[in-house]
Amino acid sequence: MPSADDLQNRIAEAFPGAQVEVQDLTGGGDHFRAEVVSDRFAGLPLIEQHRLVYDVFGEEIGGPIHALSIKTSTPSGG
Amino acid sequence: MTNTEIREFIENAIQENPVMLFMKGTPHQPACGFSARTAGCLNELGVKYAALDILPDPRIREELSGLSGWPTIPQLFVDGELVGGCDIVTELFESGELAEKLGVEQAESPSAPEGAPVQRAPLGIDNRLE
Repeated sequence: MPSADDLQNRIAEAFPGAQVEVQDLTGGGDHFRAEVVSDRFAGLPLIEQHRLVYDVFGEEIGGPIHALSIKTSTPSGG
Repeated sequence: MTNTEIREFIENAIQENPVMLFMKGTPHQPACGFSARTAGCLNELGVKYAALDILPDPRIREELSGLSGWPTIPQLFVDGELVGGCDIVTELFESGELAEKLGVEQAESPSAPEGAPVQRAPLGIDNRLE
């Protein structure tokens, strides 16, 4: 079962320099909330920003990671 | 129904309905908090939309995600394009961009409903796949 720390580390590896915070919403290891602040999101539509985060986990989303709620932003706030 | 038929049904639903929501359960009886909140945003804006429950057959979800490249449910399509899931719809609702995209007026300082009760009957599709 993945932990919030696992998810946080994997996102941080995929987005060097990003601020990443992952919470386990239910404590059950399957509903997570990730907040990611990265330059890489600059100029991208929200849907593409979220796709980049989902892509870190591929097929695990909907499987072991039942739900991953995402909030993305850039350091400048956009 | 074959997988190909399901895929074609989904493709048609997306093309034929300007506002098309794929969800768990129905707008009247959502089966998941994320689906409830997404439908709630649309209800709040008073737009007509078509909704399809993906739960009756696991292949609906497989084909839909294959088509959209989006891993989770709900999924909202506007004018044939994927807008996003619950997080994005909620964010766009709160910023007023969803109302803009849908061409409707929105009350000031909206806050996203937690799966608010349905205020109007949605248009179309009530699980023809069942």
